[in-house]
Amino acid sequence: MKEDLVLPAPREAAAASSGDPLLVVEGLTKHFPVKGGFPIRRTVGAVQAVDGIDLTVHVGESFGLVGESGCGKSTTGRLITRLLEPTAGTISYRGKDITHASRKQLAPIRSEIQMIFQDPYSSLNPRQTVGKIISGPMEINDINPEGGREKRVRELLEIVGLNPEHYNRFPHEFSGGQRQRIGVARALALEPKLIVADEPVSALDVSIQAQVVNLLQKVQQELGIAFLFIAHDLAVVRHFSQRVAVMYLGKVIEVGDRESIYTRPRHPYTHALLSAVPEVNLAEETEANGRERIRLAGDVPSPISPPSGCRFRTRCWKAQDKCAAEEPPLVRISGNHEGHLTACHFPEDPTIEARDEDIVLDPALAALEEELGEGTGD
Amino acid sequence: MTTLTKEAGAPVPSDAGAFLSVRDLHVSFRTEDGMVRAVDGLSFDLERGKTLGIVGESGSGKSVTNLTILGLHNPKFTTVEGEILLEGRELTTAREHELEKLRGNKVAMIFQDPLTALSPYYTVGRQIAEPFMKHTGASKKAAWDRAVEMLGKVGIPNPKERAKDYPHQFSGGMRQRAMIAMALVCDPDLLIADEPTTALDVTVQAQILDLLKDLQQEFGSAIIFITHDLGVIADMADDIMVMYAGGAIERGTTNEVLRSPQHPYTWGLLNSMPRLDSDLAAPLAPIPGAPPSLLNPPSGCRFHPRCTFQDRVGGTRCTDERPLLAPDRASACHLTAEQKRTIFIEEIKPSLG
Repeated sequence: MKEDLVLPAPREAAAASSGDPLLVVEGLTKHFPVKGGFPIRRTVGAVQAVDGIDLTVHVGESFGLVGESGCGKSTTGRLITRLLEPTAGTISYRGKDITHASRKQLAPIRSEIQMIFQDPYSSLNPRQTVGKIISGPMEINDINPEGGREKRVRELLEIVGLNPEHYNRFPHEFSGGQRQRIGVARALALEPKLIVADEPVSALDVSIQAQVVNLLQKVQQELGIAFLFIAHDLAVVRHFSQRVAVMYLGKVIEVGDRESIYTRPRHPYTHALLSAVPEVNLAEETEANGRERIRLAGDVPSPISPPSGCRFRTRCWKAQDKCAAEEPPLVRISGNHEGHLTACHFPEDPTIEARDEDIVLDPALAALEEELGEGTGD
Repeated sequence: MTTLTKEAGAPVPSDAGAFLSVRDLHVSFRTEDGMVRAVDGLSFDLERGKTLGIVGESGSGKSVTNLTILGLHNPKFTTVEGEILLEGRELTTAREHELEKLRGNKVAMIFQDPLTALSPYYTVGRQIAEPFMKHTGASKKAAWDRAVEMLGKVGIPNPKERAKDYPHQFSGGMRQRAMIAMALVCDPDLLIADEPTTALDVTVQAQILDLLKDLQQEFGSAIIFITHDLGVIADMADDIMVMYAGGAIERGTTNEVLRSPQHPYTWGLLNSMPRLDSDLAAPLAPIPGAPPSLLNPPSGCRFHPRCTFQDRVGGTRCTDERPLLAPDRASACHLTAEQKRTIFIEEIKPSLG
């Protein structure tokens, strides 16, 4: 694999002013109707996949979106790229409202917002050559780069670390990691300003994952492209994103810069999520690595009828009456850094150190641990 | 309840040798493209009550090994050579009806995807009760009660009612719990868990892993835990075996393999995996290239096309001669023990942060 990337000169727009908001999302909501009944199928409810989220992605920044399956992170990505029609809320790209923009109005913007998909197998047309796949976006937008499209495709292949000679090959001739690189090349074809990457590495083997993460990071830093990086792997998101938002059941429950979220989380769910990540402890001491241990009970509730008030309250160890009655606003809590917002009535201490007593909410686990006794010191 | 509480950690006669012993196992499949040598010369031992973690990327042969132990491969297209000894009994040549007596009884398996592993046609309770009835000869009523008891044990709320539900009425985490209940219903001596938490979310994964660990303490089963996630293995296993392209390339206790790994592939795995406490300024150090095709594996050391330490060995040993994996703590690499130690301490460890 090529390590040195041949990169085109950075574009003026990206170099202009990083820090300006590129994409602003306010109150974004997507409800999918649930049909039921017989013989006439009526809408009987709604899956509240995304329910009023606010996000801002700045120029040239990589913004991570983490959460468990069903929390609405992929739906958010698809709403932002306008592959789905939002139910409510606004999306504005560079100050322009694109929430319900028509196909025509969107056309110039579509080229600036690109997407990388999770599955490198189903996201490439098996009947097209790599050259055709990558030049497709240019064709659609009628872009004729200097020296022709083929030259540009070869350039792109080189950028993503593939052999430009493979221009005429078909996707099945490539491995998963290489296919994902083709996906990246396609996303770069139109010189986008924002790339929405939906779980770009989770389908790949560990040793290949790192190759693709490094490639994306290089692209992001050297071409100044803003990324909305959607993933469930907290370690990968930490590695890639400068700012991170944590989602739970269609809501953003905590957002802030990477350092704050990973070392000084305030929301109980963020605590639980971080403590659940299995980690290789490379330190010499045999003691568990000093992280807190929180084991939640059960699974995420259904988004068809999410809990009232705070959505996490049904699995939260700090929940009180107030949590059921009142939805906590996403605000800066005293003690938080600038830009670190948390939606919780009873925030946790900003530390991830081990607690005096583990929080084990799972009844079976708690019962077993009781039975096995504390004496084992496990 | 009596069957549940086996004398946990009952002393095992040490002269009996290992509980499960795999010797020079070769498994190959006949495919349209040629012979795929999925497992190529694998040996390992597992003691009672211990957990062996097998790590490897897709196609490294870790799942095939375990399907072969259970005899779940298709004999029409598969050639198996070598020995699999379970308590001294040879399994590779065992007849189907002998294996049937073992499966779900002495040896049980937890699969990755519980929705495809459970039958959509029967209630969860019935699916758990069935192996118990078959293997212990218990009555329908007794088996059902046992199923309900097991569901309660693995943390399904309201097990009496939920046992009557079908798999699709369970959430992902609950299905995996039901699978664990089914695997443990006959109190197996060996439990094979093939990526049991890969399809689950992190918070649920943490619950299931802890549950498995605690249940193991209570039931005293030996576990073979297969995963591609080093973090999960660090949490679960007593011993680790790292597999690459059909063979084991490193083995040792969890502490040894993760704290002082000796094989360039293990170094690569550790280096390419971001951690919650890793250095953010340093880019990840991926292993170059891609895993080899098993239709036509590389000569000599299987890892040599991706290895950056070949020149330290010198000559053509890496491309010509396949390094052997010695028993106990060992790694299959031509580097000398001294080289392995110094390379790890001086070059690999600093970059791990």
